[in-house]
Amino acid sequence: MASTDLDTSKAYSPWRQRMGMWDRKASPYLYIAPFFIVFAIFGLFPIIYTAVISLMDWDTIRNSGEYIGFANFDYVLNDRKFWVSLRNTFSIFLLSSIPQLIIATFIAAMLDHHLKARTFWRMGVLVPYVVMPVAVALIFSQLYADEYGLVNHWLGMVGIDPIAWHKEVIPSHVAIASMVNFRWIGYNALIMLAAMQAIPRELYEAAALDGASKARRFFSVTLPQIRPTFIFVIITSTIGGLQIFDEPRMFDTAGNGGADQQWLTITMYMYNTGWGELNFGRASAIAWLLFLIIIVFGLLNFWLTRRFVSSDQSGSK
Amino acid sequence: MSMFKRTSMVHISRPTWFTYTALAIVMLASLFPFYWSFLIGSGDATTVRDPNMSWIPGGNFIENAMTVIQNPAVNFWKALWNSIIVSTTVSISTVVLSTLAGFAFAKLRFKGNRGLFVAVIATMAVPVQLGIVPLYILMAEFGWTGSLGAVILPALVTAFGVFWMTQYLQQSLPTELIEAARVDGCNMIRTFWHVGVPAARPAAAMLFLFTFVTAWNNFLWPLIVLDQSNPTLPVALSMLQANYFVDYSLVLAGVLLATVPLLILFIFTGRQLVAGIMAGAVKG
Repeated sequence: MASTDLDTSKAYSPWRQRMGMWDRKASPYLYIAPFFIVFAIFGLFPIIYTAVISLMDWDTIRNSGEYIGFANFDYVLNDRKFWVSLRNTFSIFLLSSIPQLIIATFIAAMLDHHLKARTFWRMGVLVPYVVMPVAVALIFSQLYADEYGLVNHWLGMVGIDPIAWHKEVIPSHVAIASMVNFRWIGYNALIMLAAMQAIPRELYEAAALDGASKARRFFSVTLPQIRPTFIFVIITSTIGGLQIFDEPRMFDTAGNGGADQQWLTITMYMYNTGWGELNFGRASAIAWLLFLIIIVFGLLNFWLTRRFVSSDQSGSK
Repeated sequence: MSMFKRTSMVHISRPTWFTYTALAIVMLASLFPFYWSFLIGSGDATTVRDPNMSWIPGGNFIENAMTVIQNPAVNFWKALWNSIIVSTTVSISTVVLSTLAGFAFAKLRFKGNRGLFVAVIATMAVPVQLGIVPLYILMAEFGWTGSLGAVILPALVTAFGVFWMTQYLQQSLPTELIEAARVDGCNMIRTFWHVGVPAARPAAAMLFLFTFVTAWNNFLWPLIVLDQSNPTLPVALSMLQANYFVDYSLVLAGVLLATVPLLILFIFTGRQLVAGIMAGAVKG
């Protein structure tokens, strides 16, 4: 594999040796340095500085701030919009993650066969993943149009009255969650599929010998075996899901989350406060609150994961 | 190696007509919104409101697409070009820097190796997107708001990329090869180039695709830091809606135009993307 130009002179002059030593010692740090530099400047510093700005009344014209203590947090925590956006974010998150997991598992089970044109089917379910969320949102917001939308038209054909997708709280969450699901179901199905294929074949054979039906094998072998992957998917979708912005932002032309904040999410609330009202102090306070919520949720997830995974191991013995 | 070769060991069950029907429905559902957009985008302003619209496309798509392209407020070509520049730069840089770091973490002995790698993993749990207020202030301070550099710089390398390459190289690059190269008198960077890079290639290709898709679709930060005169595609699309909210045949024609480049990329590279998702999943 190493090509021919490697046989450089092997004269062991002290100078060469010292260079070699230095090369061996310093190179690894040099190779990992770019990541840590980029993370320090564009990741760590902003997160910490967000905490500083959240305690300030920031002047966007002079680009400097004045310390005002916890006034921003006080304002945000007493703002109805914050609590509404918190409710909406969690509601959309639940409406997207639960059906998503169920449908993705079902699709994975379908893909987990000796299929003809295997790659075709796998690529087919992944198409929505490569499409911009902004584009998906523009399409879906028209499918869900209140008066003339196709969804309402179809509902009408089965005798259901039109639903005010852009006016009522829960319907708007359902519509937005469906965009998220549209994008991620195929992706998560492939993750589940990989986990299913890693299940030892003997487990199925043993179950089949014991007379377990196909459905029974799915519930008693497949599901318990892919549980760790299940939890992995939940955790990764939590971090992204709680920061949802693109889909609700593009759900109507105004981008303010509805006339009565029906689908305002936390990140939208932060964006509107920061770049709509130009109140960077308050936007930072919102960012930190969301940051804390995600951390708490992450820890909760972590704790649940450990419980689930360990109970899984003890259960299988 | 095992992480990239999992699929060959399955012979669980034979598909039935139900399997294929279910998958066909899923496939239809994932393509339907785009077909519907094409129906609207090839019609006129009234098509979207017509409950009895035809399921056969109309003849106005090219005309609608031209209207969108020629509208100066949308800046379509500029947005397309910017998206290509940003996604390509970010992907190349992420792949190069992640492979370098992955090589060091996976195969080189140095003080603090494990501790620093754990630090990399820990940063993955930090939602850095929440630092956008100071990030914006920083960019304004440097005078970079409105320029592509503001979008590119924060994305030059990701913790996920470093983690991914480390995992892969740990499994697929035999340490003896590195030692052999060293005995042959290779210095570090040549060892990396002649031994590390060839071994990293499959994982690097997948990382490139993931990074490209993510950068291409990214909306919030470009929306904040770029302006209408110099947008990326998602930012331009959001303008489209503001400009044409009365005529959705134009909006959806524009949406399709902006979607086509990645769909073409997907046709050629979707296979690797699928493999990448499935490989990453097993490792978690």
